[in-house]
Amino acid sequence: MNSAMPAPATCARQHRDLRGYLLSAPALALFAALLVVPLLLTLVLSFNVFDYEVGIRADHWTFEHYLALLGDSYFLEIFWRTFWISALVTLLCVVIGVPEAYILSRMGSPWRSIFLVVILTPLLISVVVRAFGWSLLLGADGLVNHAIQALGGAPIKLLYTPFAVIVALVHVMLPFMIIPVWTSLQKLDPAAEQAALSLGASQTKVMRLVVLPQVMPGVLSGTLIVFGLAASSFAIPGLLGGRRLKMVATLVYDQYLADLNWPMGAAIAIALLLVNLLIMLSWNHMIERRYKKSLG
Amino acid sequence: MAFLQLDNLCKRYGAIDAVVATNLAIEQGEFVSLLGPSGCGKTTTLQMIAGFVDVSSGRILLDGRDITHAKPSSRGLGVVFQSYALFPHMTVADNVAFGLRMRKQPEAEIRRKVTEVLALVRLDRHAQRYPRELSGGQRQRVALARALVIEPPVLLLDEPLSNLDANLREEMQFEIRRIQSEVGITTLMVTHDQAEALSISDRVVVMQAGRVTQVDEPYRLYEHPRTRFISDFVGKANLLPGELDGAGLPQVQHSRDASLTLSLRPEKIDLLDNGAGRLQGRILTRYFLGSQWLYRIGTPLGELTVVRRNDGSAPLGEGVDVGLDWQPELLRVLAADEVSA
Ligand SMILES: Nc1ncnc2c1ncn2[C@@H]1O[C@H](COP(=O)(O)OP(=O)(O)OP(=O)(O)O)[C@@H](O)[C@H]1O
Ligand SMILES: [Mg+2]
Repeated sequence: MNSAMPAPATCARQHRDLRGYLLSAPALALFAALLVVPLLLTLVLSFNVFDYEVGIRADHWTFEHYLALLGDSYFLEIFWRTFWISALVTLLCVVIGVPEAYILSRMGSPWRSIFLVVILTPLLISVVVRAFGWSLLLGADGLVNHAIQALGGAPIKLLYTPFAVIVALVHVMLPFMIIPVWTSLQKLDPAAEQAALSLGASQTKVMRLVVLPQVMPGVLSGTLIVFGLAASSFAIPGLLGGRRLKMVATLVYDQYLADLNWPMGAAIAIALLLVNLLIMLSWNHMIERRYKKSLG
Repeated sequence: MAFLQLDNLCKRYGAIDAVVATNLAIEQGEFVSLLGPSGCGKTTTLQMIAGFVDVSSGRILLDGRDITHAKPSSRGLGVVFQSYALFPHMTVADNVAFGLRMRKQPEAEIRRKVTEVLALVRLDRHAQRYPRELSGGQRQRVALARALVIEPPVLLLDEPLSNLDANLREEMQFEIRRIQSEVGITTLMVTHDQAEALSISDRVVVMQAGRVTQVDEPYRLYEHPRTRFISDFVGKANLLPGELDGAGLPQVQHSRDASLTLSLRPEKIDLLDNGAGRLQGRILTRYFLGSQWLYRIGTPLGELTVVRRNDGSAPLGEGVDVGLDWQPELLRVLAADEVSA
């Protein structure tokens, strides 16, 4: 008797829950098949023993790859290089991208859309093509060195240096900083800037005290995207860093295809994923805690 | 010389004349409203005074000083925006303190002034809240406090009440006037609401298509509107054809070819028994406004609006024949409109 009333409601709720799962099933299946399964296989692989004579020994387990990662200065150096290059690229993207997004949001009607497209066009061109473009510019016989020589200077080595990798990465990553910042700039009330001016603030104070704090969420998402993509980037360091200036992703590639040491490659890939995750989560946590109260 | 003076102020946007040759003199401590229909150039005028819009020609004088081309930050005027324009990432106290911090005042002084001004706008208990945690009316008060705390020579308000609902709007109207007279600050308020302009201003400036068409005290503006447009825009008006009689007094004429347009306010018409009075008519509809009854009455001169006080007795019914009467000296002669809206 008593349970007669709530029963239909529970029924409907269960029905709805079920429908939700059913509707997301295709996406979940795709996600599982394309991401979770390969990741699990990689994880398993990273614990397999590798023997140069017979290759991977699927039924033998070991921690030696992870221990090698921690003990070998060669690996540590590459991880450290990947970290500082990615951090520097992120910083440069903030320094260039935030003012660029601000200027863009203040542009008049036809120019704004034109420049937005100009900023986005690099995304339409393959990274590989862009990397070759940079190597044409920066090579020993490239345009930049020609210009330096024409002005009477000695040619300098640009290609296969961190400089080349950083310049190209900033170029590729800039749209990923500009778009989220631009989105949060759109939400700004232009009258708030006028209000600050009328209260006696200089243009720089308006930027620092009124505009920047309000676009912080956009800057935060931008830094997360740029750092994550830069730290795991492959084509640019592969093509512009050369054989000797390795980053983690190119190292993984070498382990798989040059040394044929798949378990070692898998261990490095897992380590990169974990380190990347750790850095991004703590960065997010730090910034959010600082701005949580004011940004809601 | 007036405290705030606009001399032949003009603003052109390409081919559009937003503000044309505007002259205005505002005395110290005065509360002046800028009233006009949408798009007539009120905001543009205010923004030129605040310095956010460049002046095409003309001058702006503040206390004898030419500020026509001064930077907004150096004018030191208090501005309240229609959208409030509060800083969403700062608390109420920090919002209000912003102008004082820009002036590098000592922190103890800032705290004292912020407390004082928040008490003035009755927000002392909300100092640590963020703007999104406040109601519309409270945000309005923060914006007002933020502008007042820097002790500006002039307070500029752009449609400060248009985002509030009707009840709150009325309450804030009187609140703004209370604060204004307590501080004694010279104030220019933009509004398109004639009731708002009439109820709290010392003087009302009527603008139409970029031009000032009348400047008067609210009572005079209501009783002596200069043009047909103003008589319609400020309050309700019955427009009647008429002529001047031998004594120079306006008289209503029943002919269509009368040379003058006369204005007669709805509350100036008396309703008498059928057959009495100057004009006969029949009540078409009636509306109850609480303190008043509003009648629409069909007459040989067209449909007239009459407002009668609700004195507690039964109102006249629809379809009833009545006589209409008025004092001829309450008829106003209107000038032809020199600008079309
Ligand atoms: N930046 C601009 N560019 C071109 N024309 C403009 C610009 N700003 C305003 N105008 C024009 O100037 C005229 C006056 O505008 P303004 O904003 O001063 O009107 P307003 O009286 O404040 O109207 P409302 O009551 O709707 O706010 C309008 O015709 C408007 O279209
Ligand atoms: Mg306006």
